[in-house]
Amino acid sequence: MLRVSNITVRYGQTVAVAGVDLSVANGEVVALLGPSGCGKSTLLRTIAGLETPASGSVCWDSLDMGSVPVHKRGFGIVFQDGQLFPHRDVFGNVAFGLRMQGVSRGDRAERISELLKLVGLDGYEHRKVTQLSGGEQQRVALARALAPRPRLLLLDEPLSALDRELRDQLADDLARLLRSSGTTAILVTHDHDEARRIADRVVTMRKGRVTS
Amino acid sequence: MAWSAAALLPLGFLAVFFAWPVLAIITLGLREGGLDTALTSSDTWDLVAFTLGQAAASTLIAVVAGLPVAFVLARCRIRGLGLIRAAVMVPFVLPTVVVGLAFRAFWPDGGVVPIVLANAFFNVAVVARTVGGLWAHTDRRAEDAARALGASRPRAFLNVVLPALMPAIGSAAAVVFLFCATSFGVVLILGGARYRTLETEIYLRTVELFDLSGAAALSLLQFTAVLAVLLLGGLARRRRETALQLRGREELARKPVGGEWAVVGVAAAVVVALFTPVVGLVLKSLSTRDGWSLAGYRALASTGDRGTLAVSGLDAALNSLRTATDATAIALVVGVFSAFVLIGLKRSGGRLAEALDTALMLPIGVSAVTVGFGYLVTMDALPGDFRTSPMLVPLAQALVVTPLVVRMVLPVLRSVDERLRQAAATLGASPARVWVEVDLPIVGRSLVAAAGFGFVVALGEFGATSFLARSDAPTLPIVIARLMSRPGALNSQMAYAACALLMVVTIACVLLIERLRVPSGEEF
Repeated sequence: MLRVSNITVRYGQTVAVAGVDLSVANGEVVALLGPSGCGKSTLLRTIAGLETPASGSVCWDSLDMGSVPVHKRGFGIVFQDGQLFPHRDVFGNVAFGLRMQGVSRGDRAERISELLKLVGLDGYEHRKVTQLSGGEQQRVALARALAPRPRLLLLDEPLSALDRELRDQLADDLARLLRSSGTTAILVTHDHDEARRIADRVVTMRKGRVTS
Repeated sequence: MAWSAAALLPLGFLAVFFAWPVLAIITLGLREGGLDTALTSSDTWDLVAFTLGQAAASTLIAVVAGLPVAFVLARCRIRGLGLIRAAVMVPFVLPTVVVGLAFRAFWPDGGVVPIVLANAFFNVAVVARTVGGLWAHTDRRAEDAARALGASRPRAFLNVVLPALMPAIGSAAAVVFLFCATSFGVVLILGGARYRTLETEIYLRTVELFDLSGAAALSLLQFTAVLAVLLLGGLARRRRETALQLRGREELARKPVGGEWAVVGVAAAVVVALFTPVVGLVLKSLSTRDGWSLAGYRALASTGDRGTLAVSGLDAALNSLRTATDATAIALVVGVFSAFVLIGLKRSGGRLAEALDTALMLPIGVSAVTVGFGYLVTMDALPGDFRTSPMLVPLAQALVVTPLVVRMVLPVLRSVDERLRQAAATLGASPARVWVEVDLPIVGRSLVAAAGFGFVVALGEFGATSFLARSDAPTLPIVIARLMSRPGALNSQMAYAACALLMVVTIACVLLIERLRVPSGEEF
């Protein structure tokens, strides 16, 4: 399980996150809800190891992650706008994490087709990512993050860039997908409805602090 | 911290192969009292006035001719755009000696007019591409709003578009002014001993009068002026990078309407004018007193009329290819490494990024003649008889090419979203692996383009090479200049043929580069 203790993150003089505590049990999906600029994305990035906290600790199963670099934490991330590798096709994007783990070629192909089925993009292996719609790109980003079986999945406003209708549909898909795979996840969002639809538990943040 | 340490490598390269030779020249000028003599001589100030005057005139012409082309490249969706883009680029990378000769085909006695036109000819590309680059990404709606508020098309251009483009025009003009003020090959060929700039005077004093301290004093004078212009250009560039909300070209380009066709016509005229010297040169290489002939080309296998050359034209061509390849390899390694370091430094903040950026650009502005001269003075202090090493010429050329590589690769690297690298890291890629898997493939195409671009620039480099090339291993431009300075119809025929050869290689490279270019805001 994840345990974040008394984390503070500063950008120069500004305090983005002020002494936050947060625990996420195995298989639990927690939503971090709050207005923009409340520090929820910064907290997520700190858990991933992309920001260095001024004080406090991030632990996984009582192991301190402070000195573990981003690429060895085993935490997957999905950004708001996908951030797919533009020079690789759908297959190449989803395969990336598996290649980093040294998974054999045959096993890779099998896992990728299984994942694409899961996110509803069956048969999209050799599409160019630049030719996908926004919703499809987010599905690929999700498949890419899930492929190496991360112990924790971090979702940074994954649906915010999409239009309303698509967002509702994808929110349901995401909830179902996280449940069925038993993924431990933190979802950052500013949308109440979305938080309740997807998460087991909602934590609200305001001005760098947890308020509930 | 790690980035600052990494910055020491390119800085060290610049220190040994640029700062040291240039500083040696400066101290030489100061020590022997050459500076006093130079500064109090009215000849010097005539030289300065002519250098700056011809540079200003050339810059003005380049800007006026470049703007319509920039408009077409940025805003028009017409057929043959790729061809125009390539055609404009050709003059910029043509060897200076070739351009000098091309203008001699029209003005056999040289003079001020061909010097100014030849310098402008080179630099239309700089204006068209720098300004066009910004224009292509400036939001069209500001202009539309002005039109909706009752401004006529010219009025909207003057009051809305032009001010938005000013940063790019300013920085292009500064670069062009620098290139023209330090231009060597064309001035030497078209001006001879009559019309001299600081640059050719430094060369003539060193090579023909052996007045080293006088030459050094003039180098110092030139260096000071160049530094001033570079700093001004840097200011303009900084404003440009922060100024505008940029948009993709695709949504802004459209078919020209009404009066815009007139601008397209002017741009077409400019492109035709740019190609006139090129065509003239090819015709000249084929025509002899006895009609059309390939005599010049056949003579390339020989050493010229009564053995003018130490080696045959073909050997010189092979030597040119070898030297340019080495120079490109060095420039790519130093340039790409520097670009990565610059990105890293900028990310971690701090002033070092800016210092390194300026330091990397300095060699563009400092006259190649000064650098070549400096090598002569300093390089025998390096171990292993460096002054006679075959790496000497490639190193000097690499110095000229490296800034171009940095300017082509840096914007592409900068356009890579930091979160793309972070996504790769969360998927298990170590920092080194992120480099290989994300950065390298994305800059790949622009890297090949930079290599091609660097290669042609090195191939045509004349200023530093003319100082450093050993007489038994000259490059093609050196051979051309030598052939032109000797009498004999066969010699000049051969020179024109060699020019045509260089031009073909150059144009082939440019066309290749255009195919590989990444459509994002490169700065040249």
